Amino acid sequence: MLNMSDIMETVTMIQEENLDIRTITMGISLTDCADGDIKASCTKVYDKICRKAENLVSTGESIEKKYGIPIVNKRISVTPIAQLAGASGGNPAEYAHTLDRAAKTVGVNFIGGYSALVHKGFSAGDRALIDSIPQALAETELVCSSVNIGSTRAGINMDAVKLMGHQIKRAAELTKDNQCIGAAKLVVFCNAVEDNPFMAGAFHGAGEADCVLSAGVSGPGVVRSVLSRMPDDAPLNEVAEAIKKTAFKITRMGQLVGSEAAEKLGVEFGIIDLSLAPTPAVGDSVAHILEEIGLQQCGAHGTTAALAMLNDAVKKGGVMASSSVGGLSGAFIPVSEDAGMIAAARSGALSIEKLEAMTAVCSVGLDMIVIPGDTEDAVISAIIADEAAIGMINSKTTAVRVIPAIGVPEGEELNFGGLLGYGPVMKLRKESPAKMINRGGRIPAPIQSLKN
Amino acid sequence: MAAKPLSRAVVTVIGKDNVGILAGVAAALAEAGASVIEVTQSVIEDFFCMVVIVNIDNLKCRLDEVQTGILKKCPGMEVHVMHENIFNSMHRI
Repeated sequence: MLNMSDIMETVTMIQEENLDIRTITMGISLTDCADGDIKASCTKVYDKICRKAENLVSTGESIEKKYGIPIVNKRISVTPIAQLAGASGGNPAEYAHTLDRAAKTVGVNFIGGYSALVHKGFSAGDRALIDSIPQALAETELVCSSVNIGSTRAGINMDAVKLMGHQIKRAAELTKDNQCIGAAKLVVFCNAVEDNPFMAGAFHGAGEADCVLSAGVSGPGVVRSVLSRMPDDAPLNEVAEAIKKTAFKITRMGQLVGSEAAEKLGVEFGIIDLSLAPTPAVGDSVAHILEEIGLQQCGAHGTTAALAMLNDAVKKGGVMASSSVGGLSGAFIPVSEDAGMIAAARSGALSIEKLEAMTAVCSVGLDMIVIPGDTEDAVISAIIADEAAIGMINSKTTAVRVIPAIGVPEGEELNFGGLLGYGPVMKLRKESPAKMINRGGRIPAPIQSLKN
Repeated sequence: MAAKPLSRAVVTVIGKDNVGILAGVAAALAEAGASVIEVTQSVIEDFFCMVVIVNIDNLKCRLDEVQTGILKKCPGMEVHVMHENIFNSMHRI
């Protein structure tokens, strides 16, 4: 039987604590669209996406109405386009335009998969795709791009790292009149996951079914609110327990919505991603959870420990709630998308070094960080290399999404609008890593890769 | 053959107390074809707070139209209509 306090708890979570389904993402395989002719290939891609995702948005909206829960984004991820570009040749940017058009036709917010997987080396299409990324992101609106440059199994492809430092800068330069938004749609991964429903890093991996639907839940506000009701002297194991229970409830809701959407659309249910994804809205911040645990401000000493506990507790609660957990599943710490992180970065409490340490214990990496516009390419590459090294050694996903603020003086901010948020330019170290980056080659696979 | 379990929804109405809220909600539910199973209602410090569980097997409109129907009769209240599955999945193991 339903009881009054359970009902009121759910209603409060949605109305006052910003609980929502952050995204339902349809993963569509495009391997059957590859053609020797790029025009024919693009036509097949457009047709398949429009056919499969025709009802994605309307189905999402009908579920929102049935359960009274917002589904903030409806998105699509596709097979890494480099694989199609390898078969068809031509300028891969044509695919980007095709994806953009298809996304607009079906009405989704973003489409991910303008991607290449080059953690061990470049195959046909990979280099051409990477070369075209800045242009593709500047000329399209909804396309997101990602490149995997390392893995625990393969080590780090430092040639690709060097290349990506340059491409991130160019992506920002080509969109400098539009808040450098190009770089905000580009992620560089180590150990990328094949079933991530969150942008900008979503793509549809080779091991996935033809068409699947995955869901990503959110709910930092709910977790924070639960913690704020606990006494100040509650021991941390009790805090972890409270987070775990909350994550369980949030995940169950995601599982319900995701599986119902998949059933209505007649596709397989993929995974539910348990990530605590913040937004710039007040009361929807991961940093504020850390502060609620007992830090004066996010970035203080102790932040890494608090985040490690939060991340682990979220996973434990989520795993119990769903049998198909996947994706990134943890706490996100995107600076510009999190009101508490923005405040900490502005006040100087949060530095890039602390963020780097935090990425060793949370779900992804250096995310949505605005860096000075005059940063050298090699420095960006070195940031990628550091982050990839953390991922490689710890067998976890790490990523870099930094936005060089071209033409923006220090002390000012970039504002991307909407969920991407806004953020101040963060200071980087001035010493040059250029000699190391210019060596290129590969960082060999670590000893952790020899598991067999 | 076992009887098909009822399909139910939970309606919550919260806001400043006033004359005729309950009547308005009940009328709107009747017009929508939602049959009331259980009502819990109280007024705490001027705030009207009601949870109604309804059977929606014979609903004459879409579920979200139940909400708009209630809002029309009780403007200014916070009204939420949700299918019961969401509570079952969040609060039951």
